[in-house]
Parts: sequence; structure tokens; C-alpha cells
Amino acid sequence: MSNEAILHGQTTGHAHDADHGALDGHHHHHESFITKYIFSQDHKMIAKQFLITGMVWAILGGLMSVLFRLQLGYPDQSFPILESLLGKWAKGGIIQADAYYALVTMHGTVLVFFVLTAGLSGTFANFLIPLQIGARDMASPFMNMLSYWFFFAAGIVMLSSLFVETGPFSGGWTAYPPLSALGSASPGSKTGMDLWIISMALFVVSSLLGGLNYIATILNMRTKGMSMTRLPLTIWALFFTAVLGVLSFPVLLSGFILLIFDRNFGTSFYLSDIFINGVGALPNEGGSAILYQHLFWFLGHPEVYIIILPAMGIASEVMSINARKPIFGYMAMLGSLFAIAILSFLVWAHHMFVSGLNPFLGSFFVLLTLLIAVPSAIKVFNWLTTLWRGNIRFTPAMLYAIGFVSMFISGGLTGIFLGNSALDIHLHDTYFIVAHFHIVMGVAGMFGMFAGIYHWYPKMYGRYLNNTLAYIHFWITMVGAYLIFWPMHYQGLAGMPRRYYDYSVWESFKQFTDLNRFITTVAMIVFATQLLFLFNFFYSIFKGRKVKSQNPWGANTLEWTTPINPGHGNWEGEIPEVHRWPYDYGKDGHDFIAQTVPVGASESKH
Amino acid sequence: MATTTISQDPKWWNGGKSPFNIEYGKVMMWYFLMSDAFTFGAFLIAYGTIRFSTNGWPDPNEVFQSFPGLGSGLPLMFVSLMTFILIISSVTMVLAVKAGHERNKPAVVKYLIWTIIGGIAFLGCQAWEWTHMHHEGAWWGRNPFVNADGSASTTNFTNFFFTITGFHGFHVLSGVIINIIMLIMTLTNVFEKKGHYLMIEKAGLYWHFVDLVWVFVFTCFYLI
Repeated sequence: MSNEAILHGQTTGHAHDADHGALDGHHHHHESFITKYIFSQDHKMIAKQFLITGMVWAILGGLMSVLFRLQLGYPDQSFPILESLLGKWAKGGIIQADAYYALVTMHGTVLVFFVLTAGLSGTFANFLIPLQIGARDMASPFMNMLSYWFFFAAGIVMLSSLFVETGPFSGGWTAYPPLSALGSASPGSKTGMDLWIISMALFVVSSLLGGLNYIATILNMRTKGMSMTRLPLTIWALFFTAVLGVLSFPVLLSGFILLIFDRNFGTSFYLSDIFINGVGALPNEGGSAILYQHLFWFLGHPEVYIIILPAMGIASEVMSINARKPIFGYMAMLGSLFAIAILSFLVWAHHMFVSGLNPFLGSFFVLLTLLIAVPSAIKVFNWLTTLWRGNIRFTPAMLYAIGFVSMFISGGLTGIFLGNSALDIHLHDTYFIVAHFHIVMGVAGMFGMFAGIYHWYPKMYGRYLNNTLAYIHFWITMVGAYLIFWPMHYQGLAGMPRRYYDYSVWESFKQFTDLNRFITTVAMIVFATQLLFLFNFFYSIFKGRKVKSQNPWGANTLEWTTPINPGHGNWEGEIPEVHRWPYDYGKDGHDFIAQTVPVGASESKH
Repeated sequence: MATTTISQDPKWWNGGKSPFNIEYGKVMMWYFLMSDAFTFGAFLIAYGTIRFSTNGWPDPNEVFQSFPGLGSGLPLMFVSLMTFILIISSVTMVLAVKAGHERNKPAVVKYLIWTIIGGIAFLGCQAWEWTHMHHEGAWWGRNPFVNADGSASTTNFTNFFFTITGFHGFHVLSGVIINIIMLIMTLTNVFEKKGHYLMIEKAGLYWHFVDLVWVFVFTCFYLI
């Protein structure tokens, strides 16, 4: 069955749209505001919905980090404005311990799931897959729409948990029992935790609906000539991301279901031998808290690759275009993506080296964890060799792609420290790990996202972002990210534990008072710079310089063969046929040769 | 797995067509089933982990020995009947899918109805078993059964039993609902108008998967 037949034959509700688009390319006249902007089934609109919702969450999650950084930088000072903002959570202008833990927990949950999972792969999988493989829309536009609205609902539930009387969940984004299983353990473990689980369950559904769609679309709906090895690396990365999500989120869901029973129905899956101050001994016997950790990290580790793989794909694509060179080692890039996807399922227990896991078992996880360094290093070398002697155009997107590689190297190297179970005895739960994952996953993921936004913004909105603001945004964010997280390595090596409310009372960590204040200051500056980006983003939607050329970056991939403002259905007339891979830059004296150009008789082989 | 069209072009992966020669819905269904297999896999592994780190466990032959109308002393008889019903419903589902390929609407209707009856019968049996156990004092957080060696048992036997068989029963219930929808769509000629019965095939994949999961659940809770 052909790609076209699938589109027109199977998605009956949508087929007339695509046909219509094929005829005149201007078919929005029968769409109301609601079907075009709210319950849209156009993958491009859904991508923008994911992006903007993700940005809202990024600001909320970032603001939370600024608030708890205030506490860490200035533990002895009172900020009356906080009391007017947070009420009882900041009594006397000082953030209370419960509020501090809630802020840390929500910051982690929001950034990991809502921003770097939904905001990153939700945006770019939706936007790029149909455009780059040559399809009119996703396999099931309806499921795609549902995927967004489940994500939206998850966000609403999580947001509402901020306003309940006992506060949002405060036991860390990993939600380990018994803190997460027993309402009497802390205020945040009461209603806040119920809402947290509901929100996350909705999020799993959203991720499943989206992921199934991405997989089916990439496998089934590539245009003629678009063989799997002619796919841009963005698509390969998003494909593995979707597979990881589809196979790892259900395990998390199982873990959550057991947790719900432990919370509400008197079971003891994760509970055994517990005594709570003021409550007494609990009757629960026979459960295992480590069981939850296994179930959680079986998702949790693939999750970090769900975050980083799309960023890798975007960086590869942007880098090749702006170095005006073919990506170095396409097959090696693809193979390393595959290797990372497989290995990501086999390393989860390295998060649990000191949890009581059998040390003998741990040694296997050390080996498998360190193996990931091999495909990661292959990717890094391929990026560097792509840049080598390239004719580099330092567009904002390119700067972010290079920044991504820098972050990935810096954060990846500390991963080699942490993958050793012996070193982990010293480094676990210190600021060293905070520095590691923020650089390699958090900042690198955000950089991939920024690279993608700066690069594809002209395709999304038909206008350019302001370059000056973009350069200011990049340099402050880049320098700021290192200034924030680099010093944390030293704090961690000195043994400073993460998640403490106030370090000034510890003799060992008093030496870091000024450093903590410095980090807080930089964090506020970087956060303010993100507001500059937001301004640039929304201002340029309406007032940005208009895109005049169909292919402003001189790129090879299919999305640049669509009209400047593509309608639902993407191409007017036939979907173009593909004749070559997407990385023919600087070949035979041509600056670039688009994928749609047939291979000439005298052309050299690549 | 029969498919609708066979293309002559051998370059399956070159784009412009489905590499598996199937429509996207079936790709999605297969991936969904893989995903769901991980959900059940996680449950059963969690069950195994807890069970093997616990000193004793109740003997299923002692716990599951009642049959409605015949009293007790019949170990595993009732669950064998349940399993038999579910497997037979899988057979009738195969026949419904086959009838769909032959575009034989009356046969599709007949076998779908049998499959639905099988599903409902299984759910009925499960409801009886749960009620019976509840009367014996078993529930989430309550376990009246002692370990096989006579020592006191933790509640995790019943905790896992009700959670996992309940989750499976929920899947059977969704399967029955899906099959009822398929039946209505068949009766209203939706598939005749489409010219194919592929939806039945996808519902069938789901139904077989739910049966397959039961084999594992059955093994883990009743046999081991």
C-alpha cells in the first residue's frame, strides 16, 4: 500500500483535507479558529502547541530554580517580596523547608518531563517527521491531537497541585517510596502526591499516543525514494526516541500503579518495617522500596536518552547545514544512535549503586554503563570532524549546536566518573551529580532545543528571529551555564550533598557560602536572558523579518521544498520524490544539492 | 499474517510504500502490544522479585480449590475452565478474522458474537472468583491464607493477585468493548463500505495478546 493510498484511504476524516491542499494549497477557509488553533490536527500546529506549552513550563520550572537558588545563595536573608508571592510557604520572606523541597521536586519533574520530553521531542517529532520524510501529516492526526491534549491535561493537574493546601509533592522528582507512598511522611506526600501521580499517568498516555504515531509515520509514510538510509539524522534520532518512550514508559506506569495501591488501598508492595514519628509502627510487611527504584529507573535511564537523542539529531542536522559539509560518518552516527538506544535499557541500576543493590550485580552495570562512552565518543568525534575545515556559518542555530557538543563533552566526561560504582560511593547524591546531569542532559537538551527553534523558526512562522537578540541570548546562556554548573563539581567533590535546605549550618560547607551566592547570581542572570529569548520569539511571530526565500539556509532536506507558509498537507501538488541522501553539501562544486535533485550521470560518488 | 495487496516491487524500504506491506494502524497496534507487554512484564517481574525475597508463599492448590456449585476440594478446576474459555474465544476470534478476509459478513458477525460471549464468560468467572475470595477474607491489604509451610504470610500474595489479575481483567474488559464496537460496525456495514475488514484484524491482535498475557498470569499465580 503506498504512502498516498494510506493517506487518502485510511485517514478518511482527514483525506479530503490533504486532497484539498493538493489542489490549491489554500484551504483554511473552512477552518474555524477552534479547529485551526486549538483542536488542530495539523502536525505543524500541534508542534507549535507543544513548543509554546513547553516554553510556559520552562519558565515556571526555571522560576522555581531561581527561587530555591535564592534560598541556597542567601540562607540568612529575608525577601519580603517572597512572602507576598508565596504566602505561608515563605513566611517572613524566607522560603520554608517544605516549600524548598517542593520547589526542587517540581523543578525536576517539570523540566525533565514537560519541557525536555514533551517540549523537545513533542515539538520536533511533530514538526519535522512529516516535513522531512515527505508525508502530508502524521499517520493518525487525530491521535496526534489527543497526544497534545493529554499532555495539556497532565500539565493542568500538575499545576493545580501547586495550589493545594498541603502543597505539591516534595519528595524529589524520582518519587521514591516511602516518602511518596505514605501520606503521613510529609505534607507534600498527601494530596500533592496524588495529583503528581495522576498527572504523570496522563503524561505516559500522551507519550504513548505520540510515540506510536511517530514510529508508524516514519516506517510507513516515507515518500518515494526516501529509503531509511536517506533519512536525515533528526528523523533517526526521533525514531529511536519514540521507540525508547514506547518501551520504557509502560514500566513506569506499572510502578506507579503499584504505588497508587500502596498509597490508597493498604498494600505493601514497596513498604516494609516502617516506623513514623508520631504515628508509630506501620503494619506493612514484605515489600521492597528498591523494587520501585528498579521500575522507576528502567524508565528513568532511557528517559535521559529520550531527552538527549532528539538534541543529538538536531545538532547533527544543523551542524552539517551550517558547516556546508556532509555530516561525517552518517552510518556511524546511525549505528551509535542504535547502540545508545539498546544500551540505555541495560544500565538503569547505575542510579542505584548505593541503594542496597547487590555490589556484584552493580559491577555488570558499571561495565554496561561505561560501554555507552563508546557510541557517545563516536558521535562527538563525528561532530568535531564535521566542523573540521568546514565553511562555517555562525548562525544562532549553529552556535547552539556547537554549544550542545561542548556541553555533551563536558557533562559526558563526568559520566565516566559516576559510572564507576566505587567512585559513586563518594560522589552519589552530591553536587557532582547535580553538575553532571544538568550539563549533559539539562543544558545540552535545552541547547538542542534552542538550535532547533532558531533553525526551523522560519519554517514554523514564515519569519526570522532577531539575530542580535539571539547572539546575546546564546553567549549569556552558554557562559552562564558553565558558570552555574562548573563550580558544582568542586562542591560535590568536597562532599556537599544535594537537596539540603541550608548549607551554612555545616562547618564543612561554610567555605562555599560565596560560591553558592555566585551561582545564584548567575542563575538569575541566565533566567532573565531566557525572558529575552521569549520576547524575541513572540515578537518575531508578528513583527519578525519576513522569509522571502523558500530555502533560507540552503538546506537539502524536504521541508525546504514546501511553500514558505505551508498549509495543512504541506506540499501543493505532488509530494516530491527523493533521489539522494540529505547531506550533499559542497559536492562537485555545488554548494548544496537538495534531496529532490536526481543523481547526475557525471556525479562523483560520496 | 495475510495482507491486502502484494506489490511486485522488491525494494520494500525505499519509501513510497509500507515496508511491511501493512497499513499504519497495524504497525501502531504491534508497537502498542510491545509497550503493553512491558507493562505486564514489569508487573510480573515485580511479583517475582517480591515473592522470591519472601520466606514463604501460600500454595495455590490450597487457595484456588473451589468451584461454584461443587464446593471445595477441587484445586485449579475453576481456573482451568476460565483459561479454557479464554483460549476458545481466541479461536473464535481467529475465525472472525478469517471470515473478514473472505468478506463473509454473516460469519464475521457470528464469530464476533461468540468471542464476545467468551470474553464476558471469562469476566464473569473472574468476578465469581474475586467475590469468593473476598468472602474468605482476602482483599488488597488482607490475606487470610497461610504459607505452604503453615507459617504466617505477608499480604503481598493477595496484593499482587488482585492487582495483576485485575489489570488483566481490565484488559479483557476493554477487549470485549472493542469487540462490541467491531460488531456494531460490522452490522452497520462500515467495513463493507470500506471494502475490507482490517479493523477486525487489529482487534484480533489485541484479543490474542490479552489471551497470551493470561497464560503468563495463570502460570505465575496458579501453577508456580
